[in-house]
Amino acid sequence: MQRPRPLSPHLQIYKPMLTMMMSIVHRVTGAALYFGMLLLAWWLIAAAAGPNAYANVEWFMGSLIGQLVLFGYTWALLHHMLGGIRHLIWDTIHGFEPAERELLTLATLIGSIALTLILWVVGYLVMGGPR
Amino acid sequence: MTGSQPMRTPMRRVRGLGAARSGTSHFWHQRVTSVAGIPLTIGLMLIITALLGRSHAAVVQILGSPIVAIIMLLFIINTAYHMWIGMQEIILDYVHEEKWKLLTLMANTFFVFAVSLASVYAILKLSFGV
Repeated sequence: MQRPRPLSPHLQIYKPMLTMMMSIVHRVTGAALYFGMLLLAWWLIAAAAGPNAYANVEWFMGSLIGQLVLFGYTWALLHHMLGGIRHLIWDTIHGFEPAERELLTLATLIGSIALTLILWVVGYLVMGGPR
Repeated sequence: MTGSQPMRTPMRRVRGLGAARSGTSHFWHQRVTSVAGIPLTIGLMLIITALLGRSHAAVVQILGSPIVAIIMLLFIINTAYHMWIGMQEIILDYVHEEKWKLLTLMANTFFVFAVSLASVYAILKLSFGV
């Protein structure tokens, strides 16, 4: 009689850990940034199309929803970049000790949040305050 | 089936070079584009910060200037390949039914080409006028 091949257990059997959550977040932010490229394309095409099209983009980006999307976009981009750097460090077979990998993972999370806030404060200063 | 069937190793798939039939080349290309993506992403964020709140005429002029346009083009092309590999990896992880796998892989290619070429076109138009 045929027995099924042994399978490794899937996600739900493990206790949630920071490294695991950040691994999932890395993939989720990557997928979000994939579709976020539509926003960049829209902005560039509008700039190339003319003042009226550009005014539409400016209106959307300046609205509450647009600002929330852009804030999320900024964080996703920074988190994916820092998470990528963490993966590149791991690719060199460094940082795998329990304390090291926790530190690296925590650093990507805190670093991405801190950099997002700094970038937005700088952004608002450049623009001369919220509009 | 014979008794050896249940314990068959993944060697069969390895010999076929994996689910996408292309071995480890994508793994390496994803690393190359991620390294390139670090300075390019920083460049993109600096450019966008510099353009915040500026008039359309100023944005057109800055985006069309050579250094800025080249950084933007590099960012778009590098990101296009990186996100194409990344989405393919996600699809291969979750879409196992052959028909849907092929359709979503195809849609991934169409999406990446359309979005990145539209962005590249916009940059070139801003750079060369018309």
